[in-house]
Amino acid sequence: MSSGTLYDKVWDRHTVTELPTGQTQLFVGLHLIHEVTSPQAFGMLAERDIEVAYPELTHATVDHIVPTADQSRPYADDAAEEMMAELEANVAGTGIEFDHPDTGDQGIVHVIGPEQGLTQPGTTIVCGDSHTSTHGAFGALAFGIGTSQIRDVFATQTVAMEKQNVRRVEVTGELGPYVGAKDVILTIIRRLGTDGGVGHVYEYGGEAIEALDMEGRMSICNMSVEGGARAGYINPDATTYEWLRETDAFRDDPEKFERHKAYWEEIRSEENAEYDDVVEIDGSEIEPVVTWGTTPGQGIGISEPIPDPEDFPESDREVARRAQEHMDVSPGDRMEGYGIDVAFLGSCTNARLADLRAAAEVIEGREVHPDVRALVVPGSQRVKEAAEHEGLDRVFTEAGFEWRGAGCSMCLGMNEDQLRGDERCASSSNRNFVGRQGSKEGRTVLMSPVMVAAAAIEGEVTDVRTLREVAPA
Amino acid sequence: MSGEPMSGSEPDADTEGVPTVEAASGTGVPIRGNDIDTDQIIPARYLKAITFDGLGEYAFYDQRFQDGEPTDHPFNEERYQDASILVVNANFGCGSSREHAPQALDRWGIDAIVGESFAEIFAGNCLALGIPTVTAPVQDINQLQDHVAEYPDTEITVDIASETVSYGERVVEGTVDTAQRTALLEGVWDTTELLKSNRKAIFETAQSLPYIEDSAIEGAPGAPGGDSGDRNAGTEAADTTDASGD
Repeated sequence: MSSGTLYDKVWDRHTVTELPTGQTQLFVGLHLIHEVTSPQAFGMLAERDIEVAYPELTHATVDHIVPTADQSRPYADDAAEEMMAELEANVAGTGIEFDHPDTGDQGIVHVIGPEQGLTQPGTTIVCGDSHTSTHGAFGALAFGIGTSQIRDVFATQTVAMEKQNVRRVEVTGELGPYVGAKDVILTIIRRLGTDGGVGHVYEYGGEAIEALDMEGRMSICNMSVEGGARAGYINPDATTYEWLRETDAFRDDPEKFERHKAYWEEIRSEENAEYDDVVEIDGSEIEPVVTWGTTPGQGIGISEPIPDPEDFPESDREVARRAQEHMDVSPGDRMEGYGIDVAFLGSCTNARLADLRAAAEVIEGREVHPDVRALVVPGSQRVKEAAEHEGLDRVFTEAGFEWRGAGCSMCLGMNEDQLRGDERCASSSNRNFVGRQGSKEGRTVLMSPVMVAAAAIEGEVTDVRTLREVAPA
Repeated sequence: MSGEPMSGSEPDADTEGVPTVEAASGTGVPIRGNDIDTDQIIPARYLKAITFDGLGEYAFYDQRFQDGEPTDHPFNEERYQDASILVVNANFGCGSSREHAPQALDRWGIDAIVGESFAEIFAGNCLALGIPTVTAPVQDINQLQDHVAEYPDTEITVDIASETVSYGERVVEGTVDTAQRTALLEGVWDTTELLKSNRKAIFETAQSLPYIEDSAIEGAPGAPGGDSGDRNAGTEAADTTDASGD
């Protein structure tokens, strides 16, 4: 059993009581909601004649179904329009704040929380969305829940949870040029497995993690769930505080900032904290990672050969065989040179300003391959505005990318942005599951934003380090 | 449905009305393969709705139909049409947290799931519907899947208290997570009323947290002076805050 970790401290401070099931009733500091998983919960509340208990601690946005090209109302897709209208009706009069597209604050739920300063260290955050783990980047305990639990949170601002083990994932050393957070997390998932984190919370640390900016930390924590861990977090430090200081929550109130900071310092893991286990990964050995299969654990370094399913443990062979058949790849080949039809730069994993800047740096002065349709979908309206302020939109559009409105877009097939037929996509998103991007014959290769940029230019999976001369260290 | 009717999955407004789930029995349906994610169980396009109604017919849709023609997926096979016990392999239900996945399986007719392992959020979502997720060793699962494939009429009984899966002459020792077991056996898998009953302790926890603003908790259920559980009773402060917060 762990002790002295951030997880233990935050858990204890939010414990309401022990339940007869042996679970803990845990207080929720921030409940984020969106249009896909909340309407049924609102329906359950109405059925039971229950009101939202703590509306000020609930915050709504719309992201999965919003079109990113033409956002005028009513939406062209009737189902999307119905879901949007339902959310508008559900939050009206409740006191729940809603970042409606008209406010300029709308965006992917895991982008808007951090950018507004709603996401803070030492808080508990839930959302009906598995990528809620993203918020752990700030030292929050954040995890996805189902719709029945959303009902519970509306009704009580609490959830019934079992305490989990804490695994320290220590990434040592310095990352190489053009190697970033996405490559680190894909390496972690490959190493520990897609179910390796079941029953665990991951605490990421080590010099390679500490050197990351907040955007990179969010990419890491975001994909904790792809490794089976419902939550992952990074202890707050100066980088975290600098981000928070500039957010809406604290910008005009330095006294409040200092007061909160004292709490943030208090909940950091102790030097002598005990973990259930510790895993160490050498960050200096990581190269840009791409997936060859249909689970996020099926990744390889760009220079490595695609593995032979026969070399896998028996239980994983069949999954690997089917994945290679679907992707049309063969053992021994390399992913470098794998032709692509679509380049997608977006999603709650990689659609923040730093991601767009890094990709734009690769794109600048180059052109998207004529056979590739390429789109950039900023994670929020604010990211979009900030990027336009820097002129990044022009870099992308001049190269041949489409510059879209904020939303989940092509990460999943719930809006107009989808793969068609057996298209192959270089994607900065988080899931390469069969059918995830809207076509069940579609093929997804997960990679970092700079690798997506390189693939867009070459029309095939490419090592970004050879595309452009690496700046001297 | 050939199986014993288990507890209804329709939530009951009254906590006293949450039924206990002691066992599930019926014929089985094997779905083989590790890492079957919730996008496979229910493709995202069927999430574009404001209720869970009608999801049953879309369970595993993209595996069941190819160019509009039914495939040989078990959910299409005649011999499994009355099955209520789903038998799966490792990391079943990984990926998206969508409760639509167990809702779809429930509506298709599944009453219990037996497998090597389950993704956490998925298992929690099943529990919220009163659907047990029982784990068993890989050899036992493979044998059960083979047996069901060969003798689809075999009656399978999943017993929660004894944590066993019985079929024919065999009794498989399974595992039911302790909290899940208690919740099912004591009828507290629908947690809303249970959680609500601690409204005073909830308020006190909220009050003790340094980052929670006073305005966010004033007039909440369990707050002093307004302990009826009805937040509209004597909570002018909250009403005022709500109005100014828009």
